[in-house]
Amino acid sequence: MLILITYDVSTIDSEGRRRLSKVAKKCVDHGQRVQNSVFECILDAAQFRRLRFELEELIDKDTDSLRFYNLGDNYKRKVQHVGAKDSYDMGDPLIL
Amino acid sequence: MKKLLNTLFVTLPDTYLGLDGENIVVKQEEEILARYPLHNLEAVCTFGYAGVSPALMGACASRNVSLTFMTRTGRFLARVIGEDRGNVVLRKEQYRISDDEVRSARVARNMITGKLYNNKWILERATRDYALRIDTERIKKVTESLGETMKLLREVEQLDILRGLEGSAAVQYNSVFDDLILQQKESFYFYGRSRRPPLDKVNALLSFAYTLLANDMKSALESVGLDAYVGFLHRDRPGRASLALDMMEELRGVYADRFVLSLINKKVVNDKGFYVKENLAVIMDDETRKKVLKAWQERKQEKIMHPYLNEKIPWGLVPYTQALLLARYIRGDLDEYPPFLWK
Repeated sequence: MLILITYDVSTIDSEGRRRLSKVAKKCVDHGQRVQNSVFECILDAAQFRRLRFELEELIDKDTDSLRFYNLGDNYKRKVQHVGAKDSYDMGDPLIL
Repeated sequence: MKKLLNTLFVTLPDTYLGLDGENIVVKQEEEILARYPLHNLEAVCTFGYAGVSPALMGACASRNVSLTFMTRTGRFLARVIGEDRGNVVLRKEQYRISDDEVRSARVARNMITGKLYNNKWILERATRDYALRIDTERIKKVTESLGETMKLLREVEQLDILRGLEGSAAVQYNSVFDDLILQQKESFYFYGRSRRPPLDKVNALLSFAYTLLANDMKSALESVGLDAYVGFLHRDRPGRASLALDMMEELRGVYADRFVLSLINKKVVNDKGFYVKENLAVIMDDETRKKVLKAWQERKQEKIMHPYLNEKIPWGLVPYTQALLLARYIRGDLDEYPPFLWK
């Protein structure tokens, strides 16, 4: 299924900036960065639970937030892109 | 059931594949062309000069992502294998069967029966669907003789006899294969199988499809813990994945041959996409190779009903399910190896 992950991490102090880069790194590991703090990840249920847990461990719940949108298996109809930096679809043939 | 994941094909020259966190990163002269999470991939297949970092090799091996290197023309070069998987008891039993001619023949004859059954179906389907366009009488004779050979196969317990029957059936099937090419006949024709090098366009496509299928089969066998290099019908030879070749027999027709036919008949490939080298080898150009790979990936996603498991699976998992069934047979959970009988 396609999970859309977005986050807000407070970067007022250096501690926050460190959290931001850790969260970003974790998201890059699991999916595609489609906008600055927006990621699309193809995950199964178990992978999603683990990723969610790991991200929750990283953030500071008083100042930061995470949002997960589950777009299911038939996500192709649900996503449209306009403008620069088009993305790839992980379900299509990957030929470079 | 295992999930069919994507395969990454790298056909660009001068690329380097590296590992960054959990991502595979494709670089060309320090510029990052693409990055994909490894957990979305089943296999990585490179054509040409792609270099790979040892870190990525290790990551692929430990995550069960098969990593294969081929030449530009699609000839197999090397593969990365990690620590052995599966249990040693299973593999030892496989070796014992392989050493025993009668037991080998019992498995191999089921595989060959599957092959003949599937090839017979390909021909019968063609006569049904295109009765007015092809010589049905000629094909009918071949399907009848394939049926006869299948009856003879039942009791065979000697590998030589098995090979003889298989060979004569292959000659029969090849003699009408050209009839199944319905479009672009002036540039695509099949007079006989030629390989190393393939001497015409159809043979070039067939060789390429067989290489892709062989790679899928090898990875499938390894993922269930069998040794792809110790076969039953194909005997041991250094560097040859004999068991993968055995297992391919029943799939060559339904998987690879039909794929090649549909490329030609649906005009996915055309006359211009090929060139001839000095040694008369026919090679497809980069553009055509990409088209073929794309079609191959799309074919893998198509669903079929697995006749034995009675479950709907994508075509791409057929090599894996057959490897699984073979492992069950070797382990003694099944009385016979059930070949893939296409319907």
